[in-house]
Amino acid sequence: MSTATTTESTELAPVSADSLAELLVSEERPPRPSAWSASMTFGWRAVLKIKHVPEQLFDVTAFPIMMVLMYTYLFGGALAGSPKEYIQFLLPGVLVMSVVMITMYTGVSVNTDIEKGVFDRFRTLPIWRPSTMVGYLLGDALRYTIASVVILTVGMVLGYRPDGGVAGVLVGIALLVAFAFAFSWIWTMFGLMLRTEKSVMGVSMMVIFPLTFLSNVFVDPRTMPGWLQAFVNNSPVTHLASAVRGVMAGDWPADEIAWSLGWAGLFVLVFGPITMRLYNRK
Amino acid sequence: MSTQTSGLAIETAGLVKTFGETRAVDGVDLAVPAGTVYGVLGPNGAGKTTTVKMLATLLRPDGGEAHVFGHDIVREADAVRGRVSLTGQYASVDEDLTGTENLVLLGRLLGHGKSAARVRAARLLEAFGLTEAAGKQVKHYSGGMRRRIDIAASILNTPDLLFLDEPTTGLDPRSRNQVWDIVRAVVAQGTTVLLTTQYLDEADQLASRIAVIDHGRVIAEGTKGELKASVGAGSVHLRLRDPDQRPLAADLLRRVLDAQVQDESDPVALTARLGTAASHDTAAEQAARALGELARAGVTVDNFSLGQPSLDEVFLALTGHDTHAPGSGRSHDPKDEVAA
Repeated sequence: MSTATTTESTELAPVSADSLAELLVSEERPPRPSAWSASMTFGWRAVLKIKHVPEQLFDVTAFPIMMVLMYTYLFGGALAGSPKEYIQFLLPGVLVMSVVMITMYTGVSVNTDIEKGVFDRFRTLPIWRPSTMVGYLLGDALRYTIASVVILTVGMVLGYRPDGGVAGVLVGIALLVAFAFAFSWIWTMFGLMLRTEKSVMGVSMMVIFPLTFLSNVFVDPRTMPGWLQAFVNNSPVTHLASAVRGVMAGDWPADEIAWSLGWAGLFVLVFGPITMRLYNRK
Repeated sequence: MSTQTSGLAIETAGLVKTFGETRAVDGVDLAVPAGTVYGVLGPNGAGKTTTVKMLATLLRPDGGEAHVFGHDIVREADAVRGRVSLTGQYASVDEDLTGTENLVLLGRLLGHGKSAARVRAARLLEAFGLTEAAGKQVKHYSGGMRRRIDIAASILNTPDLLFLDEPTTGLDPRSRNQVWDIVRAVVAQGTTVLLTTQYLDEADQLASRIAVIDHGRVIAEGTKGELKASVGAGSVHLRLRDPDQRPLAADLLRRVLDAQVQDESDPVALTARLGTAASHDTAAEQAARALGELARAGVTVDNFSLGQPSLDEVFLALTGHDTHAPGSGRSHDPKDEVAA
């Protein structure tokens, strides 16, 4: 790309001083955008990036498909007698696990952006400070939704039947996306805190694997030793998996939903301010 | 939006920023008059970018204070952000997005409505000669185009103060001239520009006042005339036809001009640095006299030029060490030499 520099710039159209001067004549500046509007604009940026670099959707499509197929046929026969029966239990769990897992790419994209000059430009804008971060997460919420739809579709093909109907499925996805949005603040924090993309990936794996596997996604925790049950039963992923499983089955488990939303709120309250502190200090 | 109040766009007192053991900025005092181009001149690692980043609210100072249009850069950062724009050393736009998308994005973030942002983006792209490239991702832009889109992004809302951090580093001479034209147009409309550069000629072309900065300190400050007078009248560069005549020519120049003469790596080239105190004549008069003497002595001069003091010379004069002296702890940057 750089070798083309000289040839291209000689062909560049000249700068038009007159129209430039015309543009510079100070017009009344528009009022600052609201927090919501600035966040949505950053969300639009995330969508544009998906449009220009569609490869990044690989992790929200191929990866979840792989997860569903693998776990259904790997554990189905042994744990529930047949894959067909197991998928009723497994699918909402795999849905939760996959989406929570792909949240970690948020940290990576924040981290790669910091290296570039555009981050400095955003930080000198007179806008609501968290909107840059919220924008990432709004774009990611779209990716989580895509992943959820992909997994559900594959699940239905394999025989998953949600008894909660359309309403149950929609509420389940909404709950999951809301939780993932809140959970992602951990990754924005690491994305700003750690120096390289590799270290962000490394730390993310350390957090995400124990958190997702040590849950009730695959099996009922009652067969686990007591100390592990204590962890698993109180894990936010377990609460979320139970809530999504219940809602999609039409049971509407109010306590599990409350626990999931409570955890989500806690994540935002703890990691949101830390993220913003790092963002302002960077 | 005008800035007639105190007359100062930037005022800093004892500004300090440390990174670990290094004092990147070590007590910088600046007073930048509104409505002018103010040049901050210094080699790589002198603390120019760090100073700009503090003034643009990207970095928090560790000591001292600074005001931009009367607003404290730490306590009133948001008010400062409302009036400044920054064009960094590297394109401060999103490389994955197209030129249009970048400008619309920033337009929206500055509070323009959807259609207003689109109109303004299109007009800016046209004024900057980028209409054809408007739909291309910025990562496919050439260096000159990147710099243009970057500056365009900085003037989406005409800022009261524009920071240009080494705006022409890495550009070919033609693109560099175009950037200079843009800067002149921006200042003509009343925007104050703080320009950092490694090149004396760039500061000379654009700035009305210049601060020379080294090791995080301002080592000289003044108008262009004042600075140059302190550095010397300039240099005479000669290329001879016959390399064997070089010792003779050097000897002659030393006597006639009372100047420091230096052999260049090219065997036919030499440079004489003109002093100030020794002579009341202008640089041109001294050079003319030298040429006459050389002709009389039978030395054939192929090529002759009278140059401004280079950044290296400014540094030598001001600090006693050149910009890449072994002790100065900086890496050798070939760009300095291209400019010099």
